[in-house]
Amino acid sequence: MALVLTEEQSMLRDSARGLISDKAPVSHLRSLRDSKDPTGFSKELWQSFAEMGFAGLLVPEEFGGSGLGYMEAGVVMEEIGRTLMPSPFLATSVVAASALNRGGNAAQKSEFLPRIASGSLLATLAIDEGAKHRPLQTALQAVRAGNGFKLSGAKALVVDGHVADLVIVAARTSGSAGEREGLTLFLVNPKAKGVSIERTIMVDAHNAARIELANVEVNADGVLGEVDQGADLLDGVLDIGRGAIAAEMVGLSDEVFNRTVEYLKNRKQFGKLIGEFQALQHRAAELYVDIEITRAATMKALQALDADVGKAASAVAVAKARAGTTATRAVQEGVQMHGGMGMTDQFDIGFFMKRARVCEELFGDANYHTEQLARARGY
Amino acid sequence: MSETETAELEQFRSETRAWLEANCPPEMRKPATSDADVFWGGRSAKFSSEPQRIWFERMRDKGWTVPDWPREYGGGGLSAAEHKVLRSEMARIGARPPLSSFGIWMLGPALLKYGNEAQKKEHLPKIAAGLIRWCQGYSEPNAGSDLASLQTRAESDGDDFVITGSKIWTSYANYADWIFCLVRTDPTAKKHDGISFILFDMTSKGVTTKPILLISGYSPFCETFFDGVRVPKSHVVGTVNRGWDVAKYLLQHERAMISGMGERGVGRPLGQIAADSVGTDAQGKLDDAMLRGQIAKFDVDEAALAACAERAVDLAKAGQAHPAFSSAMKFYGTELNKRRYEILMSAGGVDALEWESERSKQGARPRAWLRTKANSIEGGTSEVMLGIVAKRILDLPGA
Repeated sequence: MALVLTEEQSMLRDSARGLISDKAPVSHLRSLRDSKDPTGFSKELWQSFAEMGFAGLLVPEEFGGSGLGYMEAGVVMEEIGRTLMPSPFLATSVVAASALNRGGNAAQKSEFLPRIASGSLLATLAIDEGAKHRPLQTALQAVRAGNGFKLSGAKALVVDGHVADLVIVAARTSGSAGEREGLTLFLVNPKAKGVSIERTIMVDAHNAARIELANVEVNADGVLGEVDQGADLLDGVLDIGRGAIAAEMVGLSDEVFNRTVEYLKNRKQFGKLIGEFQALQHRAAELYVDIEITRAATMKALQALDADVGKAASAVAVAKARAGTTATRAVQEGVQMHGGMGMTDQFDIGFFMKRARVCEELFGDANYHTEQLARARGY
Repeated sequence: MSETETAELEQFRSETRAWLEANCPPEMRKPATSDADVFWGGRSAKFSSEPQRIWFERMRDKGWTVPDWPREYGGGGLSAAEHKVLRSEMARIGARPPLSSFGIWMLGPALLKYGNEAQKKEHLPKIAAGLIRWCQGYSEPNAGSDLASLQTRAESDGDDFVITGSKIWTSYANYADWIFCLVRTDPTAKKHDGISFILFDMTSKGVTTKPILLISGYSPFCETFFDGVRVPKSHVVGTVNRGWDVAKYLLQHERAMISGMGERGVGRPLGQIAADSVGTDAQGKLDDAMLRGQIAKFDVDEAALAACAERAVDLAKAGQAHPAFSSAMKFYGTELNKRRYEILMSAGGVDALEWESERSKQGARPRAWLRTKANSIEGGTSEVMLGIVAKRILDLPGA
């Protein structure tokens, strides 16, 4: 498979870019932030996303979706990254839809997937518990009770947690923190008794929440996949999410870079355009190369996911690790090369720096994924 | 790609896999570890082993020393997609290239684009069959990064040019049969406008070579001197005084070649090589946490670069490649290869310092380490590559 977009993928990119750049430039995020918008994204825009088939992009056609692949999801994520558009696309359409589609039984799929595709259901995955992403350290307890389970514990960095209609919770049904055995995914109704949700407005002004569960009852229908055997399902879903975030970070890095290079071509100091200074030229050129190798690694990961989610782990680790390093460099160079202007809130570049920081933490940072690659290669 | 094309390609893949399985000797499925493992061809070529000869001859007979060149010039006539399949099938079993040659990597592509029919018919089949070994006469003592300031003169004399001057860093000039050379045919024109690209036999009267001893203790490069060498004007490739166009086009191929020189994806992972000398803990992790981290970061970057190299080929095939992209790849690939050898030296510790012992295969690792330092100089320095990216891709002012 060639590492270039097909004609159909290019058309998808153009239509996503058209909608997003028109309706959700960076000023859109700014106004949501400044008005302390209670939803944190535009419901109207999300409805447009659904009408264009994006909300159900990964949902199979039999459940009302577009039945496209991870490469296509990455194409949309990259465009989201360019304008930092706050959107349920990642949590609902990529991560939750994949979890339901890959792990759900017939009843679960037909209950939730059509509603995701129509844009009427928001869903999310609650995984992290500590400060860093450590999926196997999951300790949130689920104990058997009657026909089902009772869940108790806390989750953090739950994307769109305060607006979700469905929370997919990773819990421990047996074993202890650190073990692969004993993990189970549950479909939790956030309105259920014992669920408390605190919206945590993050540095990037995107949605996240802390969720606490106190003896929350989930009956047997609410188990996603096999009891105790959730690690494989979780790995696959997380890798899909990681591939998508890497694509968002490629879009973000590319946009910051383009803005910075434009600035180098227009800003004058010492009677010269600052882009004439070799010190800046070489740094810009190095960053260009970083972005290109990251783009290729991300396409490779998305293709690997499309070929076989179960065999994509190393390609995904490479992509997410590279995306973290590159985005961090891109936003830092972006602020530095914009000089004092880059430090002002009035200027957009800071929004990119803040979002890059959150993307870096989401589903494992560069160090985490570099470590995963080392383990996979046996050293 | 249509279904028929996909099916044909899959058919080609299974045939290729079977053919390689039957024809590639087991000895040729291991990475080359010394220069003797590489077959360069040429008038005085010798095979270092019987499997090397068999492998070369079988591949040559299929035209697969140059798989994507047209059949009429001794190539395999493969499409870009088929060529990619062949490369991936060779990589799958770790098959070595049957023939290494500057004729294949550099001159061939330039001749295919700029050569006239007689030149193509004369030279390409001999490159494909490994009969003639070529060297590159580009750099001069006073024309390194600023290559276009080169001073080797070619003076018109009837049907000939008479060439006088000297070249430096001429790789394997002492083994080469012919040279492709940049010469100044118009000393009065602006520096880029008076250069011609010319071919001649290294046995011509007036050509001498002198190997240069490098920090690695090897002499892969020479100084090459021309004292009134007489070369027919018909040996100019492209137009007289327009040699810079040919030179730049060839450099793109040279840079692509150099960026791929690291042993990407072949042999044992770096982490396992390091484990031999550093040791591992109870969980199998390298017993040097900082080195392990360096290796893992290297592996991430190497995998990303490999994806980018694959994408560069795909972009070229789709007609979307930027002509200066090979400079970006050359920069990253050579810096990465230097990093690889710094890690190997660190991992090897004291063992990697032995220079002349049997145990160290005459200092194979430290010599290779020192050799890599040239990667970011030869074919255009890293600084020149970044300048090209800044100017031609990013369109930055005054670069």
